[in-house]
Amino acid sequence: MSAIISISNLTKIYKSGLQALKPVSLDIKKGEIFALLGPNGAGKTTMISIVCGLVTPSGGTVTVDGHDILKDYRITRSKIGLVPQELTTASFETVLATVTFSRGLFGKPANPAHIEKVLRDLSLWDKRHSKITTLSGGMKRRVLIAKALAHEPEILFLDEPTAGVDVELRRDMWAMVRTLRAQGVTIILTTHYIDEAEEMADRIGVITKGELIVVEEKTALMQKLGKKELSLQLQEPMTVVPAGLSDWNVALKSDGHELLYTFDAHTEETGIPALLKRMSELGIGFKDLKTSQSSLEDIFVSLVHSDSQPGAQP
Amino acid sequence: MSFNARGIWAIYCFEMARFTRTIWQSLVTPVITTSLYFVVFGSAIGSRMSDVNGVPYAAFIVPGLIMMALFTESIFNGSFGIYFPKFTGTIYELLSAPISYGEAVLAYVGAAATKSVVLGLVILGTASLFVPIHILHPVLMLGFLILISVTFSLFGFILGIWADGFEQLNVVPMLVVTPMTFLGGAFYSIDMLPAGWRTVALFNPVVYLISGFRWAFFGASDVAVILSLSTTLVFFFACLTVVAWIFKTGYRLKN
Repeated sequence: MSAIISISNLTKIYKSGLQALKPVSLDIKKGEIFALLGPNGAGKTTMISIVCGLVTPSGGTVTVDGHDILKDYRITRSKIGLVPQELTTASFETVLATVTFSRGLFGKPANPAHIEKVLRDLSLWDKRHSKITTLSGGMKRRVLIAKALAHEPEILFLDEPTAGVDVELRRDMWAMVRTLRAQGVTIILTTHYIDEAEEMADRIGVITKGELIVVEEKTALMQKLGKKELSLQLQEPMTVVPAGLSDWNVALKSDGHELLYTFDAHTEETGIPALLKRMSELGIGFKDLKTSQSSLEDIFVSLVHSDSQPGAQP
Repeated sequence: MSFNARGIWAIYCFEMARFTRTIWQSLVTPVITTSLYFVVFGSAIGSRMSDVNGVPYAAFIVPGLIMMALFTESIFNGSFGIYFPKFTGTIYELLSAPISYGEAVLAYVGAAATKSVVLGLVILGTASLFVPIHILHPVLMLGFLILISVTFSLFGFILGIWADGFEQLNVVPMLVVTPMTFLGGAFYSIDMLPAGWRTVALFNPVVYLISGFRWAFFGASDVAVILSLSTTLVFFFACLTVVAWIFKTGYRLKN
């Protein structure tokens, strides 16, 4: 698939001297859902803000569908919809007025049918004559999304879309994102909720301290960096790992009641049959066993906190 | 798309919608205030005043009253229109929209100036209920009205971008523009001042604006009308230059 957004050696140094982005390069493929993960202050919002036109880049280039964001800003911006992180809404307008305004601002001819569809999809149609001040936080978030979709963008940026949002809206939002993707909209979302990325994204980028340290297909990332664990509940507790098991990466847990074997999920040989065979030879019995796979969260934490940076950028 | 006319229109309508939504504050309040000025200075005190340059005092103050309201309202509307989105954060949408800075200024300043012109005409209408007014040069009067509205709205726009808080938004109109208007001959001809003060007054640019506007009404003025027009234009282009600089550098709008 072709790249719809191409970021090349993008840097940003704020006036305060803070380097928010070290040279960052990234291609977003047309029609994908890309999740940008990172702790607070990692540079996620800066990166999005540059692409959308809110922040001036210090260096590097960004093209959207082949057009430079600075030179051809009219073309690039009309293709992009942005849902900002903060709940920033003009307070005294009605929902319908503010969403209609957004479409006009982006230079599109009036299209009440489209506005109605967007509002209905977001369960806002019944509230269309309500003033925004009277809406709940979740509803305001929906209004922001409706505004971003009013001009039928090809690319949608969702900056922390589910921060402070209740479970129901979160589910609705995920469903909406999938529907948009089915319509061919490219979606870039930032989040620090890992389960969100795990649930939705096709590809994941991890950014920390202004550097993009990993860009990978979600499944590949989880396979590549994910560890599996086999936990064995022992019949008799042990004080030390028997020498006969030293070929395996095993450790004792729960005061010697549990033997934990950690292995790479993507290797052909898990080593489990051999381990169980050896244990039976050594007369170590177990009552129960279970395997578990590390979540994206574990991967993320290990990536952000490790000094060595595994998984080079493609 | 090389010119986002729909975007300009959207902002213009949005701004004008606020005007009609707050019609009481936007229009009625200044009209009442001006009427009060008129009652006090025009009728109560004015009846004891002699004519100024052959114009009855009550009629003489009408252009000054209009100008005073025009300055304050233009600055308020121009600054509020851009300051409020900055304050609430909704400016993100403007910055991410395919609209040029020039187009945004056209929309915001256009809306602010429209409100001021409407206001000026409403005040003129109100005043004519109190005193018969004959306008000698109606076209030039309208020209001054529009030019000054646009200029002060532009000035307000700059103020709105510069301001960090609501105090700053109020300080300039209250502490700079209002005193300059009072001292600028809104209620008197600077010919009435002692010679020394008259010279001082000539350094007040507002004198030229009010004088020019008054000339359009009565054909008599404190300073030559061409000087008034030039001063207005200089102020207009100065504001335009500052706005151009703001947009070139992204001052207080973009990081």
